[in-house]
Amino acid sequence: MRENGVAGNGAGDSAYVRFEDVQKSYDGETLVIKNLNLAIRRGEFLTMLGPSGSGKTTCLMMLAGFESTTHGAIWLHEQRIDNVPPHKRGIGMVFQNYALFPHMTVSENLAFPLKVRGMGKAEIEERVARVLAMVELPQFGDRRPSQLSGGQQQRVAVARALVFEPDLVLMDEPLGALDKQLREQMQFEIKHIHQNLGVTVVYVTHDQSEALTMSDRVAVFNDGIIQQLSTPDVLYEAPENAFVAQFIGENNRLYGEVLQRVGDGEVRVKLDSGEEIRALPVNVDGAADRTTLSLRPERVQINPAEGSLPNVLRGKVEEVIYLGDHIRTRLAVAGHDDFIVKIPNASGHPSLKEGETADLGWTIEDCRALDA
Amino acid sequence: MADVTAPGFVPEARQETLTTADGTPLKVSLRRSQRRQRRRAFYLVAPLLFFLLITFGWPIAQMTFRSIYNPEVANYLPETSAAIANWTADEVPGEEVFAAMARDMQLGLEDRTIGRAAARINREIPGARSLVMGTARDLDEMQAPYREAFLQADEDWADLEFWRLIKRETRILTPAYYLLALDFEYNAEGEIVERPEVYQVYRLLFWRTAWMSLAITGLCIALGYPIAHLLATLPLRTSNLLMILVLLPFWTSLLVRTSAWIVLLQQEGVINDLLVWSNIVDDDGRVRMIYNQIGTIVAMTHILLPFMILPLYSVMKTIPPSYMRAARSLGATQFTAFTKVYMPLTLPGLAAGVLLVFILAIGYYITPALVGGESGIFISNLIAQNMQGTSAQLKLASALATILLVAVLVLYWAFNKLIGVDRLKFG
Repeated sequence: MRENGVAGNGAGDSAYVRFEDVQKSYDGETLVIKNLNLAIRRGEFLTMLGPSGSGKTTCLMMLAGFESTTHGAIWLHEQRIDNVPPHKRGIGMVFQNYALFPHMTVSENLAFPLKVRGMGKAEIEERVARVLAMVELPQFGDRRPSQLSGGQQQRVAVARALVFEPDLVLMDEPLGALDKQLREQMQFEIKHIHQNLGVTVVYVTHDQSEALTMSDRVAVFNDGIIQQLSTPDVLYEAPENAFVAQFIGENNRLYGEVLQRVGDGEVRVKLDSGEEIRALPVNVDGAADRTTLSLRPERVQINPAEGSLPNVLRGKVEEVIYLGDHIRTRLAVAGHDDFIVKIPNASGHPSLKEGETADLGWTIEDCRALDA
Repeated sequence: MADVTAPGFVPEARQETLTTADGTPLKVSLRRSQRRQRRRAFYLVAPLLFFLLITFGWPIAQMTFRSIYNPEVANYLPETSAAIANWTADEVPGEEVFAAMARDMQLGLEDRTIGRAAARINREIPGARSLVMGTARDLDEMQAPYREAFLQADEDWADLEFWRLIKRETRILTPAYYLLALDFEYNAEGEIVERPEVYQVYRLLFWRTAWMSLAITGLCIALGYPIAHLLATLPLRTSNLLMILVLLPFWTSLLVRTSAWIVLLQQEGVINDLLVWSNIVDDDGRVRMIYNQIGTIVAMTHILLPFMILPLYSVMKTIPPSYMRAARSLGATQFTAFTKVYMPLTLPGLAAGVLLVFILAIGYYITPALVGGESGIFISNLIAQNMQGTSAQLKLASALATILLVAVLVLYWAFNKLIGVDRLKFG
């Protein structure tokens, strides 16, 4: 909230929200959040992504003030807020099922945060009208939330979280209840609102494509730990561990043992089925280390020219699925029958049939040697 | 205004002539296809409907009718009724009335109905029964003109009040019992006046029933609301246990519960003993907590509490915690969030609870009878008194019961206007 005093120092990359050694336990036996350190920049769109039970929602609830921290501190705007009650934090929030008050009209819902702040009637009306225009529902003020479609309710919920002009807005899986098409449309709308208003957004989702589409940075949660915090492209192209590689996008996994390191940029791995693969070491230590090799399905080439690629394995086609823009082919490779290759549906690409065998090749950089 | 919920555009011409493939109008066809379904639904509820009509609707109609039905004089003294119609009521009636009375008596003696007519008159004028019966017994020895003969037999036959009563009570329908039920009566001149203050009891009882029921409802809200909230928010295992405690009163016999309260509250009871033991009151100052209004209110609140908690609970269960959280995140204090968001959302349950508890309370009988003593009884107890024993006045009881019934209906109607019964959630 702007009237909270303490003007921001303006520096774009200083931490606007900071989690400092935060731990959370519900039962005193297990930690849901294990030593979380996270700095969110002003104006950033940061997404917390992870499977259910990974701690991302708990994290958001602690920031909103609905869950206490068991240990550690949360800073907002250089003020410690982990002991401030939620209504004094001035953080806007969009809930999973919108939480629009059913006994109030849309306008009353939007006026609620302004009323409790003791704002004048004229100003309330003006702001409500402005925010309704912003979400393109100007004539819906007198409706009840139940008279709106899911997408419209979603927009009202966003408008309500923004109407009192918070600097920080939290969104807890806000698009989970919408159908696919509407969800994609709303992703862009929320993204645009974020860009236009310059608010800081912390967004929670378990949908990785949503996270990649919308975010400046994504924090991948698993098991109460941030597994990786980076921009969407880095997350996809350079996952730092096996969990992130498997959680973000599609991913072929091959298991093996490190034979030897060749300098900084290469490691030789002997697969469990006996073949030898050259890969990019990411988080393997050295010889005799177990490793998971991660390889994106679209980076695999079918029947490459002899000697053009460092890694070539032979595979047998098990299943061919036609998906329009690409053809998804499942092959049995190196003892696994879940090796996926995406073949673009365009000229110049081979088409495989069930039962055929083919050579599959890839570069060292595309094959990342991760933890086991 | 762009209305997205409006049905899609339909060409006007088509809208008017919607028919099925064979040309029958669509609406007729639809009705026909649903008729069988409706009939089957009716057959399903028919036994219950029939049962209710016989055991509930009919008796209530009977009761209401009886409270105004007044056949004795008109039926058992038919000739007198006819003859007295022209009487001007300012002097003793003429011979034709007395002669008619003599013929009615003759007939009444043969049919043994004269006693009923006499009893009816006696209820308004004490002593009239012996007047009628005495003269009737001696009727054999009398001869016309009967006016002289009757007056000679008993000078009370000259009492104008007696004849006025006869004339008034020739009406088949009478408001007399309703007047009585509201502490009014006819005076000697046939005007409606308040009864003497010492006899006034029913209006007081109606008021007491109303305000004590209100107090009980208020207490039920105060005690039930937090419990219902706790039930709705606790984890399932704990809330189940709590729910059993709430329902426990339902599973215990009403009499057992009430006698438990007697054990607790009486002057030699547990609570008073504790108070004396801890020196809060001395032995002579034992508090009277039962056989008065306190006793009724305490015991009835206990008994009716589940009727408040259950509808509240069922509504609160459906309110997601995110509403309160949303209100808090939008800047509302806990108190504002409660009064502006949570409370309004529980209204359907609260209203249902209020309606249930209040309507049950104003008709309550057994508990006030057991622990109400003199000052804590309800109107139902007086209705019951008027239905049993030697002093039974069934018609007065009917009138009182009908007033109570109408009061409940009016209350229900007002509630419907105010809140809308279709919005209530009873469970």
